[in-house]
Amino acid sequence: MGAYFARPEGPTVGREKHMSSHHESSTASHSLAARLEKEGEVSVADCYQCGKCTAGCPAAEDMDVAPSQVLRLLQTEAPNHEERALKSLAIWMCIGCETCVTRCPQEVDLPRTMDFLRQEALARNVANQNADDVVAFHKAFLNSVEKAGRLFEFGMVGDYKLRTGHFFKDLGIAPTMFFKGKLGLFPHGGANKREVAEIFARARAVKKESQT
Amino acid sequence: MKVGYFPGCSLQGSSRDFAESLHAVAKALSIELCEVPEWNCCGASSGHMIEHLVSVALPINVLLKAQKAGLDQVMAPCASCYNRLATASHEIAHSPTTKAQVEKVLQTKIGKLPRVLNVVELLAQVADQISAKVSKKFEQTVACYYGCLLVRPAKITGFDRTEDPVEMDKLVAAVGGKSIDWNFKTECCGASFSVSKTSVVGRLGAKIMHDAVARKAEAIVVACPMCHSNLDLRRGEINQRLDTKTDIPVLFITQVIGLALGLSAKELGLGRHFVPVTFPAKPAAVAAVP
Repeated sequence: MGAYFARPEGPTVGREKHMSSHHESSTASHSLAARLEKEGEVSVADCYQCGKCTAGCPAAEDMDVAPSQVLRLLQTEAPNHEERALKSLAIWMCIGCETCVTRCPQEVDLPRTMDFLRQEALARNVANQNADDVVAFHKAFLNSVEKAGRLFEFGMVGDYKLRTGHFFKDLGIAPTMFFKGKLGLFPHGGANKREVAEIFARARAVKKESQT
Repeated sequence: MKVGYFPGCSLQGSSRDFAESLHAVAKALSIELCEVPEWNCCGASSGHMIEHLVSVALPINVLLKAQKAGLDQVMAPCASCYNRLATASHEIAHSPTTKAQVEKVLQTKIGKLPRVLNVVELLAQVADQISAKVSKKFEQTVACYYGCLLVRPAKITGFDRTEDPVEMDKLVAAVGGKSIDWNFKTECCGASFSVSKTSVVGRLGAKIMHDAVARKAEAIVVACPMCHSNLDLRRGEINQRLDTKTDIPVLFITQVIGLALGLSAKELGLGRHFVPVTFPAKPAAVAAVP
């Protein structure tokens, strides 16, 4: 458990390429904390580092930076700390179980913070390489929904395998799933595909517009 | 009784047993499930994790379709769908900025949205009717496992006691079953890491199963497709991490109620589980010693 409270230093494993110039010239008013407050309505300044989020986090032991430390890294508004948060494995190991925000004495929305950091890490192309599988899963999932309006599980897992190269994973359980009727081989109709594709497209356009 | 119904993607695929048992039980209780026309995926975990605005717009689109169809409440049996619908509604109600953005995305004004219910809430409303219709008491000792998204965050779901929920336990009691007091009622199973970080699901599932078995549970009862698949389909990964392997089954709450109402294993989709649904034989009643 001691490692959770270690000082946030040491080598980072994130990708160095494509760090935007916008980030390098970061000032307090453009800090991640300021943007999170504006875009996500979360105030990281409310956190007084009690560590309750970390204590109850089911994924903390898989994280390189503890949940409470992620908030601390944003509180300082120092570019090198922000970079460390964005490149952390921790933001991808968060499962989204909502335990932290439920127990937080200050009601700091840490899951929303994690969402914000994940999206920012992807936008800057600095997501931690050890999270490639997690990123591939989320992309394959949404790609399936964007195309069919509903999730097509079999197609999504195929897309995930192509993205990750894990072709042999779970082949053992697939036949059982099939014979138990849990593996549909064709996508489900019923949703308005065009409407859903337009929702994705317009949401991306509206997001872009709101950030300029 | 008539209620709006949002099946969600899992119930059409890997959790068909949840759908089958829900429909069978609803029929037995004369609850009419009115499916939201042309519903779309809620975006689930992946939505909110990597595309926030999409993750609010998709569920709101579903609720707008429900409203158009004249439904004033929508029941989402999947805990993740339930949570996404409730969270999106909450965000629209509390953030004028997000509301304006979603109105732009969906190209419509958003008014009062239907109320979102989970399956346990719906069944709790008819608990007396369920008790009255029990034809075969469910005489097992079970661990009611709520997981994350039925109860958290409390200010969004407003459902049950956050740290020690009891609504499923009450339903089990209503059909003659016993439920244990245990530590992992609301601990996370690893959810969508089932595919991308299976080892995490194995580790978290092992803790959950270990506590339930140590406290003499004969089955786990859930109300979430992810909880079910992570404890049932991923039992191999879980057992690798346990000193003593466990073969206790994982049932949806609708299957437990269905069994008590006398519905067949086939109607309830019990044959679709990876871990066979069997219970230890009850010792025959011992004749009173004179």
